[in-house]
Amino acid sequence: MTGKINRRGALLTLGAGTGGLLLGGCDRIGRSAAFQTLQSGAQDFTMRMQRLVTDRSALAPEFRPADMSPVFRTNGNVMPRSPEYAAHLASGFAYWRLVVDGLVRRPLALSLAQLRRLPARTQITRHDCVEGWSAIGKWTGLQLKLLLEGAGLRPEARFIVFHCADDFRGVPYYESIDLVDAFHPQTILAWGMNDRMLPVGHGAPLRLRLERQLGYKHAKFVMRVEAVASLEAIGRGKGGYWEDAAGYQWYAGI
Amino acid sequence: MDPDAPVSEPAGGDLVYRHRWPTRVWHWLNALTVFVLLMSGFMIFNAHPRLYWGEYGANADTPWLQIGGDRERGHVVIGPLDIPTTGVLGHWYDSNGNLQNRAFPNWATIPGHYDLAGARSWHFLFAWLLFIPGLLFWMVSFVNRHIQRDLAPKKDELRPRHLWQDIKNHARLRFPTGAGARDYNILQKLSYLGVIFLLLPLMVLTGLTMSPGMNAAWPWLLELFGGRQSARSIHFIVAMLLLGFIVVHLVMVVLAGPINEIRSMITGRYRLPKEKQP
Repeated sequence: MTGKINRRGALLTLGAGTGGLLLGGCDRIGRSAAFQTLQSGAQDFTMRMQRLVTDRSALAPEFRPADMSPVFRTNGNVMPRSPEYAAHLASGFAYWRLVVDGLVRRPLALSLAQLRRLPARTQITRHDCVEGWSAIGKWTGLQLKLLLEGAGLRPEARFIVFHCADDFRGVPYYESIDLVDAFHPQTILAWGMNDRMLPVGHGAPLRLRLERQLGYKHAKFVMRVEAVASLEAIGRGKGGYWEDAAGYQWYAGI
Repeated sequence: MDPDAPVSEPAGGDLVYRHRWPTRVWHWLNALTVFVLLMSGFMIFNAHPRLYWGEYGANADTPWLQIGGDRERGHVVIGPLDIPTTGVLGHWYDSNGNLQNRAFPNWATIPGHYDLAGARSWHFLFAWLLFIPGLLFWMVSFVNRHIQRDLAPKKDELRPRHLWQDIKNHARLRFPTGAGARDYNILQKLSYLGVIFLLLPLMVLTGLTMSPGMNAAWPWLLELFGGRQSARSIHFIVAMLLLGFIVVHLVMVVLAGPINEIRSMITGRYRLPKEKQP
C-alpha cells in the first residue's frame, strides 16, 4: 500500500513540477519573437476567417429602448487634460472643428453645428469592453462614410485614423480602422447618446461607434480623421494606442 | 500458434490495441490546448471577475457570480452564497509577496501576471487548435466508426439497473478486469460523449457568441444563448465542467494504474488488468 502511495506521490510531484515548468515556460514563449509572429498570424487568420464566413456589411444587432442598460458606465479617459480641450468644453465646443485630412481630395474642417445638420443615424447597440462587460446604449451621429465621401478618399487610402484629445501618459489616444468598417452603415461619429448631447465621460463632442468591434476601437474625443495608406507611421505602427502600448489586437471583432 | 484455432477472447494480462492514432494525437494535443485555454481564460476573467445573465452586464448591474476580496479575505459570491476562498481566489500573494485581490492567482493564469492582451492572444491562437483538430477528430471518428463502435452506448447499457451498477462499481473503485476492461464502461462512454458532443461544442459556440463581429453575422447565436453576457456565463460554467472532467479523469487514471493507462494513450496498447483470483 505504501508503495502505491509513494508512486502516486511521485506522480503528483512530477505533475506539479511539469506544471511549474509549463507556467514559467509559457511566459518565456509568450515573449519570444517567433511566438509573437505566430500569434499575430493567428489574429490575421481569425479576421480573415470571420470576414470569409460573414457578410461584410452585416449589421450589429440593434435593440429596443426597453433593452438599454440602466447605467452606462464610463471607462478609459473620462476627461481630457489638455488646456485646449478645457477651452473647447468651456465654450460649448463653439470653436471646435473636426478636421478631415490625409489622403483626401478636399480636406474639411467642420463645426459641431455643421456635423449635427448632416443626416444622422440613431442606433441602440451593445458596447462590449475587452474586459468582458457589456452595456446597451443609444447613439446618434453621422455615418463616417458621408464624411469620407464628402472629403473624397484618394485611391491609395486604405485606413482611417482617429486622433483624439485625451492622452495616456502624455501620448494622445489614436485608433484606426480599415475601409470595410469605415464604410459600414453603423459606423458613425456620434454626437448624441441616450437622447442627449454626448457627455464628456463618453467622449464629447464626438466619438466613433464601431459596432462590430470592442470598446477600445471606439475612439472618444475625436479631433481629427485622417486617411492613410499604411499604419506604419501612426504611433508605433500597430494602428492604435492600446495596440502599441500593450499589444492589444488591432482587429477587435472578437 | 495454430492459425486454425478459434480466436479466443483476450484475458487479463493480455496486451490489446485500444486507442487508434487519431484518438491518441487528439488526446495529447488537447491535454496542452485545454490547459492553455483554461489558464488564459482565467486571465481574461480576471479583467472583469463578474458574470451576468442577459445581453448586457457591467459594474452597475447585478452579477450572479463574482470573485473578489479585500485585505483580509477572498471570496466567491454566487447569488446569496458567499464562499470563502482566502489564499486562492480574490486574496493571494504574488511572487514578490504582495497581496493581490484579482480573482485567479498568477500560478493559475497564462501569462503568469496581469496581461489581458497577452491572454487574448494565447486564447485565440489555441482556440483554433481546439476547433480545427476537434472538427477533424469528429469526422475521422465517424468514418473509422470509433464513435459508433466504442463510444455509442449499447441499449442494455442504458438500463437504469446497469447504470446504477456501474455507478456503484466506480464508487467502490472496482474496475473491470480481463476482457471486460477492453471496452469503455457506460459512465466513461457518457462522459466522453458529453465532452466531445456537448461541452466542447458549447465552448466554441459560446466563445463565438462573445465576438461582436460574429454577433453581426450570426445573430442567432445571441438568441440561442440568451445574450452576450449569458454566453459569457455559460462559457465560464462549461469551462468549470471541463475542469471537473479533467480532475476526475486524472484521478481515475491514477486509480486504474497510471503507467498502463498513459502507455495505452501513447502506444495505443493497453494491458488488460488481471482477473481477481477467487
